[in-house]
Amino acid sequence: MAEILRDIAHVRTGDKGDISQIAIFALRDADYPRLLAAVTPERVAAHLPGLMPRAIRRYELPALGAVNLVLEGALQGGVTRSLSLDAHGKTLGAQLLDLSLLPE
Amino acid sequence: MTRSTLRIGAGAGFSGDRIEPALDLIEHGDLDYLAFECLAERTIGLAQAARAADPQAGFDPLLEARMRRALPLAAPRGVRIVTNMGAANTLGAARKVTEIARELGLSGYRTAAVTGDDVLDLVLAGDYPLIDRPGTSRDLGGAIVSANAYLGAQGIVMALEQGADTVITGRVCDPALFLGPLAHELGWSFDDHAMMGQGTVIGHLLECAGQVCGGYFADPGVKDVPDLARLGFPYADVARDGGAVLGKLAGSGGRIDTATVKEQLLYEILDPAAYLQADVSADFRHVRIEQTGPDRVRVSGGMGRAAPDKLKVSIAYHDGYVGEGQISYAGPGAAARGRLAIEIIRERLKIIGAQVEELRCDLIGMDAVDRRGAGGEPAEVRVRIAARASCANSAHAIGAEVEALYTNGPMGGGGVTRSVRQVLAVASTLIARELVQPRVHLEIA
Repeated sequence: MAEILRDIAHVRTGDKGDISQIAIFALRDADYPRLLAAVTPERVAAHLPGLMPRAIRRYELPALGAVNLVLEGALQGGVTRSLSLDAHGKTLGAQLLDLSLLPE
Repeated sequence: MTRSTLRIGAGAGFSGDRIEPALDLIEHGDLDYLAFECLAERTIGLAQAARAADPQAGFDPLLEARMRRALPLAAPRGVRIVTNMGAANTLGAARKVTEIARELGLSGYRTAAVTGDDVLDLVLAGDYPLIDRPGTSRDLGGAIVSANAYLGAQGIVMALEQGADTVITGRVCDPALFLGPLAHELGWSFDDHAMMGQGTVIGHLLECAGQVCGGYFADPGVKDVPDLARLGFPYADVARDGGAVLGKLAGSGGRIDTATVKEQLLYEILDPAAYLQADVSADFRHVRIEQTGPDRVRVSGGMGRAAPDKLKVSIAYHDGYVGEGQISYAGPGAAARGRLAIEIIRERLKIIGAQVEELRCDLIGMDAVDRRGAGGEPAEVRVRIAARASCANSAHAIGAEVEALYTNGPMGGGGVTRSVRQVLAVASTLIARELVQPRVHLEIA
């Protein structure tokens, strides 16, 4: 029984300046609707209360079974300025993997 | 005479990348081209600072080591090399490669430097709005170290037309290292937005080298990747219509499948409908990814529209110092002792009057990188104090205060480390493309 995002999806995290970018991919095409329901900007923000981005944009890519999240202002000024141990925010995508799924 | 297909490989995905997979590709991959992507956002500023200290320096510090091993394999096989290892001294890098070619007896070896990306004089003379924060370039004032425009693939094509065996660039859009050879060999026009878009997709998939082959992918039990210690680097077989099949050497580690390719396709992409490059605004929304065999994936359907009028420029500037100190605690109450240590440091920095602009206090193992607010008492914690300061003395005080926790702080602290680094930060702006023209300089061994 799929309960968390990790059960149905895989993620890749990147960065551009002060923007964190997290792409999330359905492991199976059939799970794409559940993925879309789970990773709304509101649910992502609530799951990462310590992040506090200025804005979260979401791009849907049905041909790839993917969602691209763009989290603006999420990296404390960006990799070249941030005092964070993980200045690139590379660990952020993995932290989404225990996001709960909505009931089917 | 243009070819029907071209095989182009990736030899590095960042400046410190492994060298063996690149050499294996040259020797056994039947390549036409190999591209080394080695220039991160901040690297060129660091290189400019190195060149200020030594006029012969300023190109990638690993250029010589890489080329000494790559050239003896690449030259006899006719594998042409494209790389952005020129960093802040592209001409110096081309001279160094030519010197190596002579030592190796490769008489007549042609190395081209593509210049034109250095726009420092233009930026210093003008006032350019920053695109990633409020303010303008003038606000950065005398702290600016370098300013480089992201060139497209045209300079690389010009160099290849002049018969270059190796092409060295400074700042170019990373996919352009691949798009240049593709356009040159397959006869693609820069006005053909669809081909520029598909070529950008191919370059983007290859530019991080091992990442499309299962690097940065493994999650044991969920996404397993075989033999990462021997991860193979990728190549693409690209047809004139832009259709590409990704592959890697038989026997190398890693995996190429639809999952690894999808992850890499969207890596560091913001709007997938408009991936802005110097040569095209690429559209990744309709890319098709199909498994055609073991570790073989076909990629097609990249699209594009006309490139933006302006080119992106990265400005590197001095931004003070960061001082850091760390200390570990373990056993029952470790987290509480870590929190006490942080309280002590905060108070100490006030008492000694350290001039600190920004302070960050982490408990590694609890909240240093985790943004979920996940709780739980860990078996050990590591206190990390980091602060930004405009002067080096205040930055040094951070580590000194953490070290003093040995005899003045909570019970059982161990393993102090401390450091100070000068910060070279990067801001971005835009510049009219007609102000930036690539030029080619050829050196012959």
